[in-house]
Amino acid sequence: MDKSVKLSAAYRPSEDVVVRDIEGELIIVPLVAGLADLEDALFTVNESGRAIWDRLDGQQTVEQIIGELAVEYDAPTEELRADVIGFLEEVLQRGLVIEVAQRQA
Amino acid sequence: MAGQKATSAARRPRIRQLDMELTERCQNNCVHCAINRPADDTEAARRELSTAEWKTILSEATALGCLDVRWTGGEPLLRDDFEELYLFARRLGLRVTLFTNAALVSERLADLLAQTPPLSPLEITIYGMTPKTCDAVTRTSGSFDAARQGLERLLIRRIPVALRCVAMRPTANELAAFEEWAAPHSRCPPWIIYLLDLRSRRDDESRNELIRRLRLAPDEVVKLLNRRPGYRKEMQTFCRQFVGVQGDRLFPCGAGCGGCIDAYGNYQVCLPLRHPETIYPLRNGSLAKAVTEFAPTVTNRRAANPAFLARCARCFLRGLCEQCPAKSWFEHGTLDTPVEYFCEVAHAQARDLGLLTAGERSWDIADPAARLARMGDAT
Repeated sequence: MDKSVKLSAAYRPSEDVVVRDIEGELIIVPLVAGLADLEDALFTVNESGRAIWDRLDGQQTVEQIIGELAVEYDAPTEELRADVIGFLEEVLQRGLVIEVAQRQA
Repeated sequence: MAGQKATSAARRPRIRQLDMELTERCQNNCVHCAINRPADDTEAARRELSTAEWKTILSEATALGCLDVRWTGGEPLLRDDFEELYLFARRLGLRVTLFTNAALVSERLADLLAQTPPLSPLEITIYGMTPKTCDAVTRTSGSFDAARQGLERLLIRRIPVALRCVAMRPTANELAAFEEWAAPHSRCPPWIIYLLDLRSRRDDESRNELIRRLRLAPDEVVKLLNRRPGYRKEMQTFCRQFVGVQGDRLFPCGAGCGGCIDAYGNYQVCLPLRHPETIYPLRNGSLAKAVTEFAPTVTNRRAANPAFLARCARCFLRGLCEQCPAKSWFEHGTLDTPVEYFCEVAHAQARDLGLLTAGERSWDIADPAARLARMGDAT
């Protein structure tokens, strides 16, 4: 399976995880075997990661998310692109999100 | 945003965990058990929380931020709705630690646990290294084979387990064999429980008499603990960090931070404590009220018993000694009566570690800090 992040693709949380919001902290709890290790495989998403995660609705492309974050955080697009791709690579590798559909760039 | 790892191991939430005693019934009838009722006890089964009631509690616990539930018993796998409750809990985003004797782990259940992992090793208690010992402890023919078969079903699927056994007269000679056998299988170092509790519901004095006879003598406990290389050094380090005078506080432990729900829907500030003044019936209330309003009224209690104030409140062996309100309740029906057996074990350990000399009582020591500082000089 291709685990590289595509700017034209949209992603959403896997159905194999439960996402918990505990006192403002986002915690991802795997439901099935094979996501990271079997033990202690709970993940917290940091504040900046959460800004990305909350936009993973299966509709917006990565490029659109970067554009939206650039406006919201008044940050350089290139820097945001690296952050967003880095985050998505990590959660994609762990199987916490899945690609929904590839869109035309 | 740059430069931060996006995900990491989760921090523990405010409510760390809840213990849930799914049933007090068990197919075994262990000689030392503090809680079990017969598997076919229909009256106990009738009083147990229903599937819907457990689901309500699990949902409420999740809403309160709970991430970890520990399921114990009795034997939790005796419940017909175990799989349903398990999947419900996992789909809420809970991590489940299951305490079991493994004998009821079927192929089907092992498949389920492999597919939807509990995210915590199964805690499995082994009652002997031979069929003869095991079946004598469990008083159940075939229990050894059934447990080994269940364990094998887990291991073959690479489901993590943590193995432990109970040290008592019938098993004392098998502890080394247990550790050697368990080490390659157990995700955590094999764990031995050295001190037996009396019946936690104070329901059977004849069984209490049996448990007292099964207990190892304090010096025997210390001798067994010392089998492990490095034990004494580790304990001395532990003592320098954690022992100290308790004062009249009854709950210097973590009781009430999470708590326990018994098979019948009573909230307890900790798993073993069932004193009527320390339980809260969830069927007439809510988990939120139990944790936020009721638990502090229990855990803020102070000792009043003169014997406790003269001894335990002044003793500096807190951390070594198992004395606590639950143990006092089992033994004496109060929250604050010294338990001689645990006191003797703690004193034996303290002598072994160089904290006390023969004949000294810990509550008479004027300067515990000096004892702790000198500890180990001669060992």
